[in-house]
Amino acid sequence: MSTTEEYTPIQDTGVGKKAAGPVGWLDDRLGLAGVAKKNLRKVFPEHWSFMLGEIALWSFVVLLLTGVFLTLWFQPSMTEVEYHGSYMPFNGLEMSQAYKSTLDISFDIRGGLLIRQIHHWAAALFVAAMIVHMLRVFFTGAYRRPREINWLIGVGLFSLGLVEGFAGYSLPDDLLSGTGLRFVDGLIRSIPLVGSFIEFFLFGGEFPGDEIIPRLYMAHILLIPAILLGLVGAHMLLLVYHKHTQWPGPGRTEKNVVGYPMLPVYAAKAGGFFFVVFGFTALMGALLQINPIWIYGPYNPSEVTAGSQPDWYMGFSEGLVRLMPGWESTFFNYTWSWNVFIPGVGGLTTLFIILGAWPFIEQWITGDKREHHLLERPRNAPVRTSIGVAGMTAYGVAWAAGGNDILATQFHMDIYTLTWIFRVALFVAPFIAFMITKRICIGLQRADANRILHGYETGVIERSPDGGFSERHAPLPVGQQYVLTAHDRVPVLEAPAETDENGVAAPHSRKEKVRAKLQAFYYRDALDKPTVEDVHHAKEHLGEHDGHPVELGDEFQGVSETGIPRVH
Amino acid sequence: MSDELQPIPDTEPIKDPGLPEHLYRPQDVDESQAKRTERQISWMFRVAGLLFIAFVVAYIAIDIDATFLGWSAQNFAFGVTLGGGMLLIGVGIIQWAKKLMGDHEMIEMRHPAASSDEDRVAVMEQINDGISESGFGRRPMIRNSLLGSMALLGLPAIVLLRDLGPLPHDQRKTVWAKGMRLVNDVTGTPIKPSDLQVGQLVNGEPAVVYETDDDGQPVLHGTELLQVKSKAAIIVVRMRPEDITPDKGKENWGIDGILCFSKICTHVGCPISLWEQQTHHLLCPCHQSTFDLGDNGKVIFGPAHRPLPQLPLGLDDEGYLIAMSDFPDIIAPSYPELARDQKKLDNKS
Repeated sequence: MSTTEEYTPIQDTGVGKKAAGPVGWLDDRLGLAGVAKKNLRKVFPEHWSFMLGEIALWSFVVLLLTGVFLTLWFQPSMTEVEYHGSYMPFNGLEMSQAYKSTLDISFDIRGGLLIRQIHHWAAALFVAAMIVHMLRVFFTGAYRRPREINWLIGVGLFSLGLVEGFAGYSLPDDLLSGTGLRFVDGLIRSIPLVGSFIEFFLFGGEFPGDEIIPRLYMAHILLIPAILLGLVGAHMLLLVYHKHTQWPGPGRTEKNVVGYPMLPVYAAKAGGFFFVVFGFTALMGALLQINPIWIYGPYNPSEVTAGSQPDWYMGFSEGLVRLMPGWESTFFNYTWSWNVFIPGVGGLTTLFIILGAWPFIEQWITGDKREHHLLERPRNAPVRTSIGVAGMTAYGVAWAAGGNDILATQFHMDIYTLTWIFRVALFVAPFIAFMITKRICIGLQRADANRILHGYETGVIERSPDGGFSERHAPLPVGQQYVLTAHDRVPVLEAPAETDENGVAAPHSRKEKVRAKLQAFYYRDALDKPTVEDVHHAKEHLGEHDGHPVELGDEFQGVSETGIPRVH
Repeated sequence: MSDELQPIPDTEPIKDPGLPEHLYRPQDVDESQAKRTERQISWMFRVAGLLFIAFVVAYIAIDIDATFLGWSAQNFAFGVTLGGGMLLIGVGIIQWAKKLMGDHEMIEMRHPAASSDEDRVAVMEQINDGISESGFGRRPMIRNSLLGSMALLGLPAIVLLRDLGPLPHDQRKTVWAKGMRLVNDVTGTPIKPSDLQVGQLVNGEPAVVYETDDDGQPVLHGTELLQVKSKAAIIVVRMRPEDITPDKGKENWGIDGILCFSKICTHVGCPISLWEQQTHHLLCPCHQSTFDLGDNGKVIFGPAHRPLPQLPLGLDDEGYLIAMSDFPDIIAPSYPELARDQKKLDNKS
């Protein structure tokens, strides 16, 4: 469609004529035009990484839809009944109604197994997409002012998402999910002083009691989804209010947002993407088996299968519990189960506190309290990026340790040696990851500066009159040069003043010293982008190489090793 | 030093060249290309529609027991038609947006997230009016009594939760008692020492789990049965007597190298069952705590702290294994009052 095409005014189109009445009727009562005017053509910038949060959003919608379907048959009751359904191996077996109705959904309700599997896959995808989206936001600095509150809402969504997933995982009352609940029971008992009380109140008596599944069901289908829904709404509202961040580029500044309008392009892409996510999870539900509860059997507290694993997103917590030494102490006449409490309750809590506090810690260290709407390339914040990778490494080690029994059998290793390797790696690997990442970031910064000052390698080899061969360099297109330099300079750091202007010792001197040290650490080794003089100088320098035998021409963008012309 | 760390004032090395020129797509300049894309997208929607009809056909035609390549045929057919159809709709819409809808980038200006100063002042004035007109600051008596009563409203809310469950009780006890037989946990038959060979492990339960009343109904069932099992499950192992090094006071807790331990891990309560005959080690499959049954169930690796509690054994008149008492050490995961409860148990014995 060419851009010069004239649009027919909407009041003259068929749709416009038909809709005028009802739309007018609605607006007379709701006055929506005022809000719609500002938002229908709202601009959203484009980048593949902005789609990650959308995966989380749509898989949440898939969860709501498939979840409603499952509630039509699922019975959240721990009353024991005798099974007489289609799955013959269990004929006559005693089991809870929860387990029986899950078997019925899987074997006797047409499409029930499919919806159950979509629901479970979508849950795994929901958490995964949230984490990857969160990493995107972290590594590009998108959480900086004014988006700190939206980051906190995101941390809330992530933590509640984990609880929601675990609650759902526990509902079928099969041997695996019951073992998970037994673990939670042990975890709750480890809470100092009040553990027993929480245990008896939550389970309605001694484990397993007959209350926990109805209670988890209420939390899983009402309480937590309602909070999630509210938080998702707030997350979206703030996104609209702040307008989406964008990558720096020609014409894209801190003051504007460049992209496609919500109506029609963005609405179509985002709406279409919902069907892609739903379709994808439906295909997974069709082709990939997940949580085959009929293999595990009904819950029996005196049975367990080897290789018991939680769903993937609880893996890191499980790993921490496995790595912890068996510390337990007794004082004030009470037992303190550090071996369970520190990794189980402490691990998760620490993760959420660090995540929630990070934007404010970084702000305090750098002193940067300006609004940021342009994303930062991870290499241009080397320490932040390295801290992020170090955190991912610690999470990864803990996660892998959650499957140490499987790893041991698969790789024929001794489980105790492997556990010790993980124990050491949990503390050592993040430091190594930090150092490697920082060097990579600085290397990439140098490469960027090099491309600005010396141009790119064209792939054209020239021979000089005295016989030497050299590769010809040519300046990058100016748009790309701009992208490589559109970030903040590394600030010059001053030591905090020991005394105030009157020569009196400054009151917050110690705090300021700590901050100055952290600031130095934050910016140490980071390479600043070239200055105006550098670029000017480089141009003159490039000019000295005049007298190339062949003009490259405006269209030329270099050739590959096989001689094929390249496009940047 | 100012709190706001500003970057060094320096003109940027490369000036913003402004938005690049708009590039036309093949569909913008060639109507036949546009028509071709239109047909492609439309076909995606048509096939999607056909797949949804195929779903209905599969629903009626495919038997619930039928299999296809080892999968449930129904699950496969439903998922592939439903998922494939939705995927096609989604891809079609996105293709439409990318290839045919207007692709001119638009520019919108940003505004600071903060409200204007005038708005802030106006809001502060309004709040101030509200406070002064209500007398909230001037009449502390009603204010404080209101706040006090609202705080007390929290009490009924908390008290209402009291009946969520009973207070903690009987955590140190199990159903084991002097004279209760050990039975095999699958068959429910009592165990004689001669049933066990050296190196063998048998999963057991207290006999009460399989007891029936006069009408032939089980004494324990439902939740109560699960609660009993989650505390009283045991394992019975037979080792060579010379491989066992009993602690002081535990010398006569076994019968000819047959020992009985709680099956419930002292870490977080998983039932333990991975038995290494040669080393007498018992490994918990959940978190790999390892207990040495030849050495009083002591922890030799992993996150568990307390040894696996041992049940003193005896023989009844018919020669079956029986318990000589309840567990002298507390079973199952630790809890805050454990130290206190253990002292009570120790004093009793």
